Amino acid sequence: MFLQRQVPLAICFVVGVVFVFQDFVPHHDSEQLLTVFTDWGIIITGFASLLGVGSLIQVHWLHIKRQNAGWGYSVVTYVAMVGTLAAGIASGGKAAPDAQTGVMPAFGWVYNYTMVPLQGTMFAILAFFVASVAFRSFRARSVDSVLLLVAAVILLVGNVPLGEAAWRWVMPEGVPGIADVGDWVMNTLNLAVRRAILIGVALGIVATSLKFILGIERGYLGGGD
Amino acid sequence: MSAEVVWTWVAAGLTLSMFSFLYRDNPFFKLGEHLYVGVTVGYMLTVTWFEYLHPKLWLPLVVGTETGHDWSLLVPAFFGLLVLTRFVPSLAWLSRWSFALLVGFGAGVSIPRYISSNILSQVEGTVVPLWAGHWGAAVTTGVILVGVISTLVYFFFSVEHRGAIRVVSRVGVYFLMVSFGASFGATVMGRNALLFGRFYDLVDFAGARYYHATLVLLAVMVVSLAVWARWAGRGGGSEAPQA
Repeated sequence: MFLQRQVPLAICFVVGVVFVFQDFVPHHDSEQLLTVFTDWGIIITGFASLLGVGSLIQVHWLHIKRQNAGWGYSVVTYVAMVGTLAAGIASGGKAAPDAQTGVMPAFGWVYNYTMVPLQGTMFAILAFFVASVAFRSFRARSVDSVLLLVAAVILLVGNVPLGEAAWRWVMPEGVPGIADVGDWVMNTLNLAVRRAILIGVALGIVATSLKFILGIERGYLGGGD
Repeated sequence: MSAEVVWTWVAAGLTLSMFSFLYRDNPFFKLGEHLYVGVTVGYMLTVTWFEYLHPKLWLPLVVGTETGHDWSLLVPAFFGLLVLTRFVPSLAWLSRWSFALLVGFGAGVSIPRYISSNILSQVEGTVVPLWAGHWGAAVTTGVILVGVISTLVYFFFSVEHRGAIRVVSRVGVYFLMVSFGASFGATVMGRNALLFGRFYDLVDFAGARYYHATLVLLAVMVVSLAVWARWAGRGGGSEAPQA
């Protein structure tokens, strides 16, 4: 029980307290300690990422083993993972073309012609769904929804040349362009809210961090012993 | 046929496969989706090794540098290996030590940094002299001040929102709505930029230089989807197309 519960709480407390005070010690050794621990954190996180990979391999292995519906797609996932890893190892982890010869390494081909189109299109198709949801849900029923709708329309219309041209056609001389209005909304009204949210989030993070260090919040220990 | 042409056909095929989801969930999309997961995991593993573990752990600890071996790295290596005990249920509790180290470090570093950059700096940027030489700046400064205070009041639930507090929090809600609308508009424009980027690529891939990859693959995909829809509609597929 001591090793399972008290030791991790003690590690968290000691390391947490050390690094709260480290920020207030402007000494070379203090800075060095932060650098060393940052590198240690990166190394441990590197090992932690293997947990996710292990879990993915396990899930897809079960699909293949039980021959669930669509188990062939799990094979595709395995092949893509191993293929990309092999290309990465063969290229020494470099995706950019060689500076002298201009030859693209295998990892670069995989990244630029597989991952980029897949990722780009995956997020791009969200544009259709966002537009669909907006069309169905944007109704000017109250002051709140009118404000939301107007701000969204200003940003959408103000970012396309056709919107600016239409605005110029409708509005009298001397009225600022819709792009300028959009900039003012983003840089003034939106900035105010973002600042308030940043302050609120920071207060929450500080409070939660204190709870972690003092052992009040123990969620990271997981369930059971 | 050069490597670029072959890979262009792959990119065009994958792009069209992902777009095919706009029709309905189908084998082309599922193939692209699972490829995406596999490629991303492979990419992440490669980057983790070559960008982090190899230069920060393997080289200085195992291979050694001009100054010799850095034995202090046995500590993060030990804690890193403890993370992997999650795979052994009887030893899984050992991974708590590693997570405690990471959480303690993150929490300790976060407290002074967030107080400095997200609280003090934001307050400093908000509480500035109203008059800076002209009315435009004064109005903007005043609006930001009112916006920050009213939004904070809206999120302050320790007092009941009645009377003056209610009025101020309503102003905060109006600011929030404008901000949400603006964020929505900016997000939609960002997605559209991505969409146009993919369309530009598809148009490019449709050229003679790439043997009309987009057009050929689009035709093949449309015919295949028509056949698949007909076959699945008769109960041939594992998942019947939705009406």
